[in-house]
Amino acid sequence: MIDSIKHHVSDDLLMAYSTGNLPEAFSIAVATHVSMCDICRSTLESFNAVGGALLENNSTVAMSDNAFARTLDKIKSMPVVPDKPTKIQSDLPAPLTDYIGRSLAQINWQPIGMGVKQSILTTSTEATARLLYIPPGTEVPDHSHDGIEMTLVLDGAFADENEYFAKGDIEIADGSTNHTPVATDGRPCICLAVTEAPLKFRKVFHRLIQPLMRI
Amino acid sequence: MMLVEIQPIRHQSSPLRKACGTRHSGETSSNECRSVGKKTRNEVETWARDLELIKVNQDVKAFERLFNSFAPKIKGFLMKSGTDNAMAEECVQEVMSTIWNKAHLFDPTRASASTWIFTIARNKKIDAIRKQKRPEPEDLGWGPEHEPDQEAVIGLQQETAKLGQAIENLPEKQRFLLERAYFSDMSHSEIAAETGLPLGTIKSRIRLALDRLRHSMK
Repeated sequence: MIDSIKHHVSDDLLMAYSTGNLPEAFSIAVATHVSMCDICRSTLESFNAVGGALLENNSTVAMSDNAFARTLDKIKSMPVVPDKPTKIQSDLPAPLTDYIGRSLAQINWQPIGMGVKQSILTTSTEATARLLYIPPGTEVPDHSHDGIEMTLVLDGAFADENEYFAKGDIEIADGSTNHTPVATDGRPCICLAVTEAPLKFRKVFHRLIQPLMRI
Repeated sequence: MMLVEIQPIRHQSSPLRKACGTRHSGETSSNECRSVGKKTRNEVETWARDLELIKVNQDVKAFERLFNSFAPKIKGFLMKSGTDNAMAEECVQEVMSTIWNKAHLFDPTRASASTWIFTIARNKKIDAIRKQKRPEPEDLGWGPEHEPDQEAVIGLQQETAKLGQAIENLPEKQRFLLERAYFSDMSHSEIAAETGLPLGTIKSRIRLALDRLRHSMK
């Protein structure tokens, strides 16, 4: 848990995560932020409690007559799956380790120009989650995008024209945002960036390479 | 106390579209009936105790009580999300099996029985309907091993009952949209398309509902 987090997940997105209505790629970013942020964890638990209360008072649909017996049979025939260890040794929050392994050092980076590197996570396709490595002082390529973009800082920090984002902070931008984040503090910034639609780069060069690089 | 944590909804940019398989909105079953509000204090505490009995004694009778209380509610939930009767039946059996197998992970000081069961049913829905993985936040270190403080347990279970009552007392229009948001597997903009209500109205009604719930929990 990181006390210094200043930029949080908005309530409507936490609610969408609680109700199970976010695409997988966005859920990774929300789950990772919540792993680091007790404020959002508490809000999320409240939204889950609303779900619990709605379920408690939900309209019922009768089960078939032998459903309980069949459930017991199912339990007997199920293999015993050991619980996940609550904390594996890792320098990354647990939701990310399922996708990229235990360490940022294990990531298979692809260069995308100007020293920036990316690694795309394997998720369902409605949205794309990628790790970005941005060298110190370097801009993330100037872009705008359709739909929501989440950028969660995993290491280092970045700043755009208005604000500063350090480890655990999440920026949520929409299609109207044209921002130019720069890795600050004299060190590389590693972040998880999730986009709803492919980024639209405004410079011609980037527009040309975008389909090739899936950026 | 928990609900007080909900802040007013902050600025929201465009809603997330999602491409999730087919759904059949408005599908209900002929044998559906509404289980109305007032949970007795005993009933709510019994659910948490039954989970404890499953965890400690592998108590099949306790499991059967829980099954009879929750399986038809979970089935109602899944059918509102667009599954047909056969799939819902199958999913409920899997949810109940998970409850049996994972009862030792239930921590009654952190969630009520119905909240914990909701999260399992929701994850099953994501897995079965949307065929997606569900990334979950890291577990907090204190784990389920400690001896639960009974006062905290009862407080939390009662709080959920109170929350349920507050939801029942919401104006019909607000409660309808809150239920749609939780149960229908639709984004706000899809709810807008279905109901013909402007997106802004949907958002503001859900926000009003949450404000009202927060107020009732004070």
